[in-house]
Order: sequence, then structure tokens, then C-alpha cells
Amino acid sequence: MNIAIILIILLVGAILTYLSGNRWAPKVAMLFAIITAIFSIALLLEYHNTGTNFSVQWINSPSVMFSLKADGLSLIMVLLTSVLLPIILLTAVSHTVPYEKLLYSLILFMAFAMTGVFLSSDALLYYVFWELSLIPIYFIVVLWGNGSMSKRRRSALTFFIYTFAGSLFMLGAIIYLYTKTGSFQLEALYNANLSDTEQLWIFLAFFFAYAIKIPIFPFHTWQANVYQKAPLVGTLLLGALMSKMALYSALRWQLPIAPHAAHGMQTVVLTLSIIGVIYGSIVALKQDNLKRFFAYASLAHVGFIAAGIYALTLDGLQGAVLLMVAHGFGVVGLFFGSEVIYRRFNTPLISQMGGIKGQAPKFTIAFFLMIMASIAIPLSFNFVGEMTIMYGLYQVSIWYTVLIGTSMFLGAFFMLHMYQLVMLGEVRKKPFADLTVNEGLVFILLAAVLLFFGLYSKPIVDLVSPSLQEILMYVNR
Amino acid sequence: METGLVLLLLIFPLVGFLINLSVGKKIGRSLPGIIATAAVTGSFIISLFYFIQILSTGEAIEVHLFEWVAFGEFSVNLAFVLDQLSLLWLLVVTGIGALIHIYSIGYMHDDENVDRFFSYLNLFIFFMIVLVTANNLLVMFIGWEGVGLCSYLLIGFWYKNQQFNDAAKKAFIMNRIGDLGFLTGVFTLAYLFKTVDFATLKLALSTTTTPETSALLGVAAFCLFIGAMGKSAQIPLYTWLPDAMAGPTPVSALIHAATMVTAGIFMITRLNFLFDLTPDIQYFIAIIGAVTALFAASIGIVQTDIKKVLAYSTVSQLGLMFLALGLGAYQIAVFHVITHAFFKACLFLGSGSVIHAMGGEQDMRKMGGLKGVMSITYITFLVSTLSISGIPPFAGFFSKDEIMLVAFQNSPILWVVAMLASLLTAFYMFRVLYLTFFKEFRGTAEQKKHLHESPFSMTIPLIVLGVLATVGGLISLPFGYSWLNNYLSPIFSGSGAAEAHGFSTEQMVFMGVSTLIALIGMSLAYYKYMTKSTVPEEDEKITGFAKVLYNKYYIDEIYNAIFIKPIYAMANFFKNVVESIITGVVFGFALIAKGLSAPAKALQNGSVGFYLSFFVVAFCLLIICLFLV
Repeated sequence: MNIAIILIILLVGAILTYLSGNRWAPKVAMLFAIITAIFSIALLLEYHNTGTNFSVQWINSPSVMFSLKADGLSLIMVLLTSVLLPIILLTAVSHTVPYEKLLYSLILFMAFAMTGVFLSSDALLYYVFWELSLIPIYFIVVLWGNGSMSKRRRSALTFFIYTFAGSLFMLGAIIYLYTKTGSFQLEALYNANLSDTEQLWIFLAFFFAYAIKIPIFPFHTWQANVYQKAPLVGTLLLGALMSKMALYSALRWQLPIAPHAAHGMQTVVLTLSIIGVIYGSIVALKQDNLKRFFAYASLAHVGFIAAGIYALTLDGLQGAVLLMVAHGFGVVGLFFGSEVIYRRFNTPLISQMGGIKGQAPKFTIAFFLMIMASIAIPLSFNFVGEMTIMYGLYQVSIWYTVLIGTSMFLGAFFMLHMYQLVMLGEVRKKPFADLTVNEGLVFILLAAVLLFFGLYSKPIVDLVSPSLQEILMYVNR
Repeated sequence: METGLVLLLLIFPLVGFLINLSVGKKIGRSLPGIIATAAVTGSFIISLFYFIQILSTGEAIEVHLFEWVAFGEFSVNLAFVLDQLSLLWLLVVTGIGALIHIYSIGYMHDDENVDRFFSYLNLFIFFMIVLVTANNLLVMFIGWEGVGLCSYLLIGFWYKNQQFNDAAKKAFIMNRIGDLGFLTGVFTLAYLFKTVDFATLKLALSTTTTPETSALLGVAAFCLFIGAMGKSAQIPLYTWLPDAMAGPTPVSALIHAATMVTAGIFMITRLNFLFDLTPDIQYFIAIIGAVTALFAASIGIVQTDIKKVLAYSTVSQLGLMFLALGLGAYQIAVFHVITHAFFKACLFLGSGSVIHAMGGEQDMRKMGGLKGVMSITYITFLVSTLSISGIPPFAGFFSKDEIMLVAFQNSPILWVVAMLASLLTAFYMFRVLYLTFFKEFRGTAEQKKHLHESPFSMTIPLIVLGVLATVGGLISLPFGYSWLNNYLSPIFSGSGAAEAHGFSTEQMVFMGVSTLIALIGMSLAYYKYMTKSTVPEEDEKITGFAKVLYNKYYIDEIYNAIFIKPIYAMANFFKNVVESIITGVVFGFALIAKGLSAPAKALQNGSVGFYLSFFVVAFCLLIICLFLV
């Protein structure tokens, strides 16, 4: 099967969703999301460790190929996107907004762009997809976001320019690499003969782009504002998928192209990642807006993933991929939880919540499960990921493990602190209806994934391990 | 078949948990308790079956399910083992667990969330079984954190009270500090030996010892002990346990006295082959244990909340067990775990019975004279008090005496510390007994009218535990033959298994001294609370050192000042200052870009004439340049 088909389905889906009109748009979008998921699963079944390629000439001079490559690592990211997409759409069901056809079309278009990032094996094509993904999310935040129009435009614009500025450095690096090798092809770039100084600059250029998008401390200040201002679907696309795009890119492009610099800069980038983990955990304690709270929690978690990547050990990379997937699902659960509360209490402020446990037992169980997964209790998917990363870091230095491990109790601290304020205590006068069927379905799907892979992560490890070993081979040459 | 039966051990409580969680609200108030009790009893019966089997065969049973976690160089299976050690613990966990479930049917009958209570209790049993039957360190960690989670849920069971929720949160976070230690220890071993299986580790450790590995082994042992400190409430990670008394009393008995808090002792016993190789860490464990024993006992002598006294007593007794572990006397620590489970569970359940009768009152100053109304509770409480104080021939005497003996043989200083702790133990326990059951009733007339003996579902577990607290010492007698030592010998790597010592005059004298110390503590309490009829003073009237003791050496306040407050201060600082600075820098760059763009912007002023002239000038310059080149 041709891997381009996933992209085609999503693009056609985006167009048809727009054409189908406001009434049908959600259903059409859901249909195409499910078809995408089915096709990516079919792709997985067909896949045999070797990787599948697809390539046609796009632009002749300079030589840009429309070339896609799906190895285990790309596949898992495509799967993450395509399985999460229907769930993300499901969170929006029964919640009508104006211009639905445009919103749903943009969501599919965003999935299209991100899938393109995961599949591209031509640097310029990759860059085009990378920037393309920025456009739909900008409009989603501006048009359907929370708060006053001027404020959310400001947040969205800051985000747009900030990440765009970072990406320009990456573009510079890509062009420089082209002048060196005469090709944008991944293989060629991997084998470019770069001096240590060149590697350092290229590493930093990539890092700038990724550190902003992941985000890594201190490049994170756009995050809380945008997560807060974005509508739920926007927050989910950003938190669950867009941050993974950058993390994936670090694995795919940054490390193998500039391996010496990766080793040379390891202390710096690991330190920044771990600072992000601790900083996010602590600053979350004082957040009163629940979405901002989860934004900082997310800062801590993606910092954890970044640390796994920059550990440059097989366990670090494997754990990072596992945690990427786990975090993708988990963060949907957390933000959806905040949305469920918002729909009922009509406030995002933690200080105005409380006592929900006494009113909504089903929601309590669902929300508690999501929180337990996010603090990586054993048997949750997150635990497998975090623990593997910690062991990967141990092989670099025990101190990294201990430092990042502080999140075991710092994370429990801020999460349980929030849980206590939001869910426990005396029942408030405001009624809080328990979960609807749709809402329940979202949580059941998420919980099933998080528990299943918490018990049995072997399929994912087997899928990505060859790709990661190949990357490590380049990193350690 | 074999696998199926072993798995059933785990499945029973898990199913009980799921049933009560999903339909518990719809099946009435009585059924949840019965389902949960049946589930635990089922596990107990299976444990008993395998226990009897291993008595005759002596062979451990291993069950491998599937690969759970894969690292680059090795993978970890979801695997379980039933050997002498895990079966012994299983009997305690499921046996006492079943009794406490029965007790809870009576105790929790009027609670509106009784279904949730029993579902958590079953989940706890499930994780506890995982913990003790684990075949490797990571599976043990599932149980290790799982019981912590259940502990959190049950301490905060009455979730409408935010103080209880604070206590629950504190327990969880403190445990997680220990858990970081545990995981780091596991990683160290994994890094050295590429395995976390107990059997493989044992084999690997018996062969390799380079100086480099033994340094890392010390690190591993130290980190693992930090885990044990958290779970088993040792200095400095003990302050969560007294607060954990916020949970319903059966929870205090099951989780915070008899089973979960002994997990640290279990883990170290399981890894005896590691700790035997790290004498420095062992010595450290012994010191921490002895100091904790004395420190907690000293706090216990002035507390007025009956459950708080028992909580500090638990911390203190756990300290004695760690003292034994640190001295390499694993089987003695295990012995004390078992007798302690009997008498401490009985004491907690007895206090629960009293609290039940008093309508929720826990302050001993308002009790007194309950002997007459609650004869079963009184007798079982008396028996357990004699047992914990170390009066022969009750169970506690034998296990405690062995700890004292081994301390005396290794380090007289540690022995003195432990002896002092024992003296205080006898004192505060008889203080509780006298204040609660003797003299006049000091509560309100209303309370007096309601005083009653508890129902059978509560008194029967008390009686069973009372009997066990009396005769439990039989499993390891000092007179030459110890069934327990014999039974556990396959677990220990030769040197650790001390031979049952012969019976000598010296030992006879030693036992006399131990008993004498206990009697002194008992008499002091009698003198103060019976002869002089003292009733502890009001909180504000306490002065001097007693005040320091009453306020638990202000450790909570100190922790608050040096850990919690700074974290919140940092959170404020980060939120208000650091975030603004970073945002400012980012916008600063934006402003610089804007400033740089100003000249360029001036060029684009919208005047066509300007553009044209600019174009002409530039074109001319270009031509000139080309000609010059």
C-alpha cells in the first residue's frame, strides 16, 4: 500500500468537510478520521521492519523530492495522530460552535500537515509541512478561542511569530545542508560530512526550532497563554500532537545529522529539559486557571520526554517514544476533564470548584484515572515511559535520574493538590451532572489505551526499536 | 492449572474490587462487605493450600505471564513466585485481611459509601499480594506503589473533610519520595547486572565482587533503604503515618499497622543477599531503626488521642524490626513482623471498638471505666498490651526478646537504646489501658448512655487476634528449636540464617532483664494513672519537655518551614517574576526586530514618486558597478 494514501485521505477529508456544510461537517470529519485510522492500522499490519518508501520528483531545481518514508518511528507517530484524531473530534461532539465546517476542515488539515511532518524524508518537504501545520492552529485559536478577541489574537500571534522565528533558523540549517550535500534527502543529510563547528551550529538551529515548539524551558512562555486561550480541540491538537511533532523531529533530524554536537551539548540540553520538568511542576502549584495548570503540567511532561531523547541511549529514546504516545493520550484526558468541569460550572478557576466527588462518581473515577496516569502510577502507560527514560538517563549519570525523579513527588504534589481543590471537600450548591455517554466514551477509550500499554508495551517497543537503533547508530558513529 | 490457581489468588480481590466499584451502590449496604470478605477469604484459602504444600515439598512455584517492560538490554516479565517468604506474608496479609474485612462489616455498616470502602480495601489486598509475590523488583514496585495509592484513597476516605485529604496527600507524597529511592536502587542493580529478577540477582551477587561493583552495591542498598524508610515510616520519612490515622480505624489496623508498613521489612528481607554485602548500609539501617524506635516511643508517652499513641507505637515497633534487619537477623525481624501484626491489629481494632462505642470520640481524657461495659474488647486489648510490652509468655515477648538479644550481642549502645524504647512502650501502652478501661467514665452523660459492646462481627476478629497475640510466639521459641528459622532457611544466603541458639543460663538472665524492664514501665504507668489517678492535662497546660513531646518535637512544623513553604514561595516567584522576565526578554527581541525594521519601513512610504526615483538611482548605481567590474 502506498503510504501517501494517508495524506490524500486527510486532504480530501478536509476539503469535503468544508464542502459538506455546517450541519454535516462534524460527521464527515469523523468519518474521514476513522477511515484514516483504519488505513494507518492497515499500514501497520503490512509493515515489516524494513520501512516503506514513496518518492516522486516535486521540484527539479533545486532538487526537491516529494519523498515519504515510513519506518517504525514514523508509523507510531502517524498512528498516534490518526487514532487520537477521532477521539479529539469526539470531545467536540454535542458542543456546537459557529462555522463548524471551517473548524472541522481545519482540524483535518492540521492532521494532514502533521502526518506530512511524520512521513517526509525530504528536508524541504518536511519544512513545508512543518510550517503548514501552523496555519490551521492559528485560525482555530483566533476564531474559536476563549476570552476577548483582541487577547486571543495577541496570544495566537505571539505564538505564530515565536515558533515561526524558531523555524527560520531550522530553514537556514536545511539550506546550508543543501549547499553542502546538494540534496534535501534524509539519507544524504545523515551522511553529510560536517565539521564539529558546523554540527554545533546546525544542532543549535534545529534546537531553537524544536525547543520553542516542544516547549523546553525557557522557550515555553507562549504555551500557557495559547493553551488557555485555545478552544478545547485546539489545546488538544497543540498538547497531544504538535509538541510531539517537534520531539519526533529531534529524533529524526537533529540527532543523526549533528551527532557530535548532540554529545557535546548533552549536558546543556539535558539540564534545560530537566529544569523544565521541575519548573513546570512547581509553577503549576500556583495556577488558578485549570487549563493553565494543565499547560504547566504538560511543560513538565514534555521536558521529561525531551530528557529521554537527549539521553542518547537506547532506553532513553525508547522511553521517550513510549512517553510521547502515553502523553498524547493522557493529555487529552486531562484537558477534556477540565472542559467537562467548565461546561458545568462555567468557570475555569480552580478556586471556584470543589466537592465534585460527592455529585459525580463516574466523572470522579475517570478524572482520577487520568491524573494517576499522568503522575505515572505503575501499570499506566506513562509509568513504562517515564521509568524507561529514567533508566536511560541512569546510564548517563545517576544524578540526572535523581533530579528528573523529583517529579515523582513534585508531580504527585501538584496533581493531588489540584485534585483535592477541584474534586474533594464539601459538595457545592451548584449542581454537577455526571458524564454523558459521549463524554464517558472518550474517557473509556483513553483509559483503555493507557492501561493496555501500561501492561503490555511490547508491540510498540518492537515496532520502534529498529528505527531507534538505526538513529543511535548515526548518533554514536 | 498451577498458573490458574496462583492467578486466582490475585483475581479474587481484583474481581471483588471491580464488582463493588461498578455495582456496589445498587446491591444494598450489606452485600459489598460480604463480597469483599469472600474475595479475601478465597485468597487466604489458596495461600493456605500452597503453604501446606511448600511445608512438605519445600519447592517454590514460579508463574510467568508475559513480557511487561522491555529495556534495550533486558526485559522484565510480569512474573510471580510463591516461596517460603512470600507465602508467610501472604498468610498474614490475607488472614488478617479477612479478619479486618469481617470487622469492617460491623464498623462501617452505617457509612453511605460502604461499597467504595470495600472496593478500596480489596484493591489494597490485590496490590499487597502483587508486592509479596513479585518475582522481580519492578513487579514488586507495582505492588509497592499500588498499596500507597490505596493508602491514599483510604486515608482520605471521608473526602469531605479537607484535613483528612491533607493527611492522605501527605502520605502519598512522602511515600513517593521513598519510591524515588526505590527506583534508583532498582536502576543501579539493573545497570550492574542487566536483570531485576530476585533469583538471577542472587546468583549474580554470589559470584561477582569487584571494588567498583561493591561501591555501586552500596548505592543500591542505600537507595532501596530510602524506599523502605518511606513505606515503613522511619526517620526522616515517618511523619505521614501518625497523620494517616485520619482514615477509618480498620484501615489503620490493616494498612498502617499490620501489612503495608511492613513492606519495607519484606523488601530488605527479600534482598538479604544484597544487604549482607553492604555492611556499612546495614549498620546505618540498624542505627536508623533504633533511633526511630526510641524517638517515636518518646512521642507516644504524652499523646492523648488513642489512635495517635498506637500510630507512634507502630513507628517505634517498625524501628525495632529495622534494628534487627540492620544486624542481619532477618528471620527475627520477620518474627516480629508477624507477632506485631497480631497484637497491633488487635490493639487498633480494639481502639476502633472503643471509638465506635464512644460515638467517634478518640480522646482518652474523655474515656475511662470501659472495662465494665466492654468486656471482650477489654480482655483482648489487655492481652495485646501485655504482648506488645514484652511480658512472657505472650507472643510479643519472644520476638522482642530475640531482637534485644541480637542487639546486645552486636552493639551494647543499640541495645540500651532499644531497651529504653521498650521501657517507654510498656509505659505508654499501660497508660492507654488504664486511661481507657479503668477508673471512672469521664465522657458526657449522653455518651455514657450509648456505651455498648460491639457486635459479633467486630468482637470475633478481636478474639481471634487476641488468641494469636497470646500464642503467636510458639512459631519461634528460644529453647533450641525455632520452626520459623527452619522454615525460612532456604531464603537466606547461608550466613544470614543464624542458627537457633541453644538454651543457656546467660539467656535466662537476659530474658529476666527484658521482662523486668517491661514490668518497670508497667508499674510506672500504674503508679501514675492508677495510684495517683492522673488524667493528662489540657493541651494548653502542658509545659516544658512534655510540651515538646506533645508537639512531636515540632518536626511537622520544621518540615513545613524548610520544605513546603519554600516550594510555595518558589511557585510564587516563578509565576510572578521568572515568567515575566522570560516573557520580557522574548518581547525584547521582538522590539529589537521592530526597531531594526524601522529604516526599511521608512522606505515603503507609499509615494510612487519616491519609489520611482529610488528605482532610477539604484538602477544607475547598478549599471556603474557593472561597468567598473
